[in-house]
Amino acid sequence: MADTTASTRDLGGIHDDYMALTRQKRLYSLVLLIIFVALMVAGFSVAGGRNAGSFWGGLDNFFDYPSELVIEASGKLSEFPAHFVTFFPALVETVNIAAAATLLGALAAIFLSLLSTRGMARFPALIPVFRRLMDISRAIPEIVVALVLIFILGGGPVPAMIAIAIHTAGALGKLFSEVNENADLKPLDGLTSVGATWGQKMALGIIPQVAPNWLSYALLRFEINVRASAILGFVGAGGLGYELKNAISWGQGRYDEAAAIFLLLFITIVVIDQTSSHYRDRLTHGAKSERRS
Amino acid sequence: MLKIEKLTKAFGQNIAVDAASVAIERPQMIGIIGRSGAGKSTLLRMLNRLTEHTSGTIHFDGQDITALKGAAKRTWQSQCAMIFQQFNLVPRMDVVSNVLHGTLNRRSTMATLFNLYPTEDIHRAIDILDRLGIAEHAPKRAEALSGGQQQRVAIARALMQDPKIILADEPIASLDPMNAQVVMQALRRIHEEDGRMVIANLHTLDTARRYCDRVIGMRAGKIVFDATPDKLTTSMAREIYGAGAEFSESATSTEIEALDAQEKAKMEAEAYV
Repeated sequence: MADTTASTRDLGGIHDDYMALTRQKRLYSLVLLIIFVALMVAGFSVAGGRNAGSFWGGLDNFFDYPSELVIEASGKLSEFPAHFVTFFPALVETVNIAAAATLLGALAAIFLSLLSTRGMARFPALIPVFRRLMDISRAIPEIVVALVLIFILGGGPVPAMIAIAIHTAGALGKLFSEVNENADLKPLDGLTSVGATWGQKMALGIIPQVAPNWLSYALLRFEINVRASAILGFVGAGGLGYELKNAISWGQGRYDEAAAIFLLLFITIVVIDQTSSHYRDRLTHGAKSERRS
Repeated sequence: MLKIEKLTKAFGQNIAVDAASVAIERPQMIGIIGRSGAGKSTLLRMLNRLTEHTSGTIHFDGQDITALKGAAKRTWQSQCAMIFQQFNLVPRMDVVSNVLHGTLNRRSTMATLFNLYPTEDIHRAIDILDRLGIAEHAPKRAEALSGGQQQRVAIARALMQDPKIILADEPIASLDPMNAQVVMQALRRIHEEDGRMVIANLHTLDTARRYCDRVIGMRAGKIVFDATPDKLTTSMAREIYGAGAEFSESATSTEIEALDAQEKAKMEAEAYV
């Protein structure tokens, strides 16, 4: 008899404890919700106060510029093929800058990420050093690096490429090392047990596991870099950005060129995206003919 | 109650379940046996509408289950609980939250997002856990529990649904013999005490024999046996599994006593020599 009462009292205790826990969790969610709403309201009012115009007043004009661009460009649709031909070399230059920067950056990122992931690092004591190195290369805006390099090396694609590569190494290194953290370390033990070097262990034990995710991050970065290299054209790195700057800022009747450049950029990004998903799929699942068997 | 007629599922050229017909008049504990790939899982998944059927019908209390869509289909799923081989709990959430997932069909998305379950439901969840003997693990994360305990959490989630049918897809295939026994006894008790229908896919014959009122044997998508366990002779079992004379029940057994029986048989055999 005493046994049953003890167990029911025990169960009551579990009930109470869990209810207390639930109340606490609900309180946390409520506090979080209040903080979120307060931040949104406060942020809006600060931004509204600092704005030269008013946010709500300016909202009506939000679509004025794009609509003007579209209207003017659509009037000169027949000239688009000619514009595409004119700007194609500039596009090639921009994509070239982005591709070279992504390749160099990704190569550096591979080493940085492997050296800064716990369980894989060649020199575990130096993990913080490599992490900070990546932080620094991410923290400095690429446009600043590009401006400094253009000042030293003179205008052109090379400074832009180096600037983007530095940023890419930091950004991809961080993403790669997060992918590495989810990799299975058991194959490493297996390879260590046969006496493999660090390079062999990484190349044969880790890279086959992480390559698909690395590739998809690298291709996403390539996409971002195409846009970045177009922007660097504004500060004298050449390519599509230089043409875009001319078309947009000298205004007056060149909106059709600006629209053609935007279209070219859009098509490029779509092509990269499609290629990326195709190759990522192949890498994760194997070629279609292999998959059948 | 439950009437399955000519239920078929084809994956491309493969026919996983081939015109299966079963009629169940009253709540029973039913075991489905057969070798892997015989279509046992697909049959259960079609009952829960987790997998779409190709042709045929399922009727429950006169309602056509195969025709349900949207909210009506989700309501059916809430009345027809499913227990999985790999438990399928949310590993990072605590045990009681996992059990409370059994009530999701009755609650709005916003309320569940903010963890606003009624207090009675929370108490009921803990009471169900207590019934299965794991109430003291209530606040732990599901991933911190052993396999047998996780499977009991999954059963608690099923009970929280207050279902008319409990489907169990290989509930003990990932468990050690002791935990397998605890889980099977829990399912049997739920059947006896609550009078709920339990349909379980089982990979060992002796489990089906020991816990079920009725055994259905499947081979290559077809139902080849449907009777009480005592009708399940060794030659019948050989036919279901497509095995030769070397097949022996105790060889596949997960029961601890089966080991003794084997030992004994061996001893006797040696004694004759």
